[in-house]
Amino acid sequence: MGQIKLNQVTKSFGDVQVIPPLDLTIEDGEFTVFVGPSGCGKSTLLRLIAGLEDITSGHIEIDGADATYVPPAKRGLAMVFQSYALYPHMSVRKNIAFPMKMAGIDEAEQNRRIEGAAKALNLTDYLDRKPGQLSGGQRQRVAIGRSIVREPAAFLFDEPLSNLDAALRVGMRLEISELHERLKTTMIYVTHDQVEAMTMADKIVVLRAGFIEQVGSPLELYHKPRNEFVAGFIGSPKMNLIKGAEAEKHDAATIGIRPEHTAVSKTEGMWKGVVGVAEHLGSDTFIHVHDTGLADMVTVRITGDIQAKHGDTIYLTPQLDQLHKFDAQGLRVD
Amino acid sequence: MATKHSRSAARLMMAPAVILLLGWMLVPLIMTLMFSFKKYLPLRGGDLGWVGFENYVRFVSSSAFWPSVGATLTIVGGVLLITIFFGVLLAILLNQPMWGQGVVRILVIAPFFVMPTVSALVWKNMFMDPVNGLFAHLWRFFGAEPISWLSQASLPSIVMIVSWQWLPFATLILLTAIQSLDGEQLEAAEMDGAPPLKRFGYITLPHLSRAITIVLLIQTIFLLAIFAEIFVTTGGAFGTRTLTYLIFQRVLESQNVGLGSAGGVYAIILANIVAIFLMRIVGKNLDA
Repeated sequence: MGQIKLNQVTKSFGDVQVIPPLDLTIEDGEFTVFVGPSGCGKSTLLRLIAGLEDITSGHIEIDGADATYVPPAKRGLAMVFQSYALYPHMSVRKNIAFPMKMAGIDEAEQNRRIEGAAKALNLTDYLDRKPGQLSGGQRQRVAIGRSIVREPAAFLFDEPLSNLDAALRVGMRLEISELHERLKTTMIYVTHDQVEAMTMADKIVVLRAGFIEQVGSPLELYHKPRNEFVAGFIGSPKMNLIKGAEAEKHDAATIGIRPEHTAVSKTEGMWKGVVGVAEHLGSDTFIHVHDTGLADMVTVRITGDIQAKHGDTIYLTPQLDQLHKFDAQGLRVD
Repeated sequence: MATKHSRSAARLMMAPAVILLLGWMLVPLIMTLMFSFKKYLPLRGGDLGWVGFENYVRFVSSSAFWPSVGATLTIVGGVLLITIFFGVLLAILLNQPMWGQGVVRILVIAPFFVMPTVSALVWKNMFMDPVNGLFAHLWRFFGAEPISWLSQASLPSIVMIVSWQWLPFATLILLTAIQSLDGEQLEAAEMDGAPPLKRFGYITLPHLSRAITIVLLIQTIFLLAIFAEIFVTTGGAFGTRTLTYLIFQRVLESQNVGLGSAGGVYAIILANIVAIFLMRIVGKNLDA
């Protein structure tokens, strides 16, 4: 069980309100990702749920019971920190055993759970090492192991992959997703990386300056961004946002078109521009087009390869059914 | 600096410093050793020739020797216990965000800047004086008979004075250590269900162990040689004669340089025994 409900939660540090009144429900077993640019309050929100920060007003419910003033240890949540926060003077085994030792679980049961977690996380050979002797990915797994053995109602991850290198990050991303499939426990995951959010989440919560901009499944956010901010934040490369005369033709203040929804031609098309940088990835090519008269730069993404050099003239044609329209307030118009 | 040529140049350039340092240490050490094997009474005949180990035997068989070793160890041990215990407490306290933190920190460090002679005199005359001292007034206020601290409780009094001087040092080292503790570790422990005392025991204290080791070693070296505090308070009376003080008395009050030098060699041996002992117990904290 692990349903978490935030009801009119606010948080202020002194006079600065970092979380304005906020309502959010995280269903049992859901993998929820908080995503937003740095300083948007996503980590603060996670710490409020964990109980590491006191909320200024409002209520937090865990499994239907009011947990607003319940100390962190009693909330039944486990947290994985960005720095892993392993205890450096304890072996891996003792690190994993620590929460159980604090809870007074008997030794036999402790060992059973440690063996189980170690097996699941490929840590069996490292149980007697100190954290200092492990690599980043292994430390990460120890931190996850330490949270698994508590059998918590929900896992909280605070940017757990940001200290790993790119290759390891992809690997750990898969491992965490698989862990969620296996355990079916509620997970809340904070990240500033929208790729992590898109690939792992059942539900994404996009935050900006403490406000929830949109809540929804990854594809909902991709296909129907509620406003310009979400449109620009979700998707890689970024959506092209075009203002001015071109937008007015479509009865909108701003129109957005994703790089992958634009066709490219060397001879004819709706918009004309000059190729700036072309990034050839093999499977895809990203072309940054300048001098279109629409925006500083329009990015397009095409499958496969195209011969496009710096300075070439190029024509772009957007798929009009994939056009996103926004009004003067930045809100979506359908 | 890998070639033969550069290595020998480096040696040549380091030589003056090394030679100076060696001379600085070795000359007094060798002179002490030399005098310790001589009967040397500056006011009663001067250098009276070699006497073998007689000075060593006399120094140890003197009735003052073992009590002085005891007094030395009591003072060192007492001060170490007090400074480390309160040092940890103060460090934790000063690490909390509070109003006037900067001023409080400077105040806490202040005793370290007071010269030992001065602080001992201040304590002796302002606090511990049985007639006009602050403690005497305090005792009388509660209707108790004032204690003449330096004669009735001489060793504890000296431990108190020296602890007051060394507490800032311990606090300072421990405070810097505590500031380097990763806050997320404490939060992780909190999430793991450890109440404050257990967080201290399982996370903070192990983190401080290396700093405590350093405090222990450095303070021991300095405390074995304390002198001024005893000189200006009890003058070595009432069981406060430490080994250092005993040597001082043998050389200057009895004008027996040979006997004092033998005592000095014993002091070196004692210091080394204590150092090895400490290194064995706590030295492993310094690795890794």
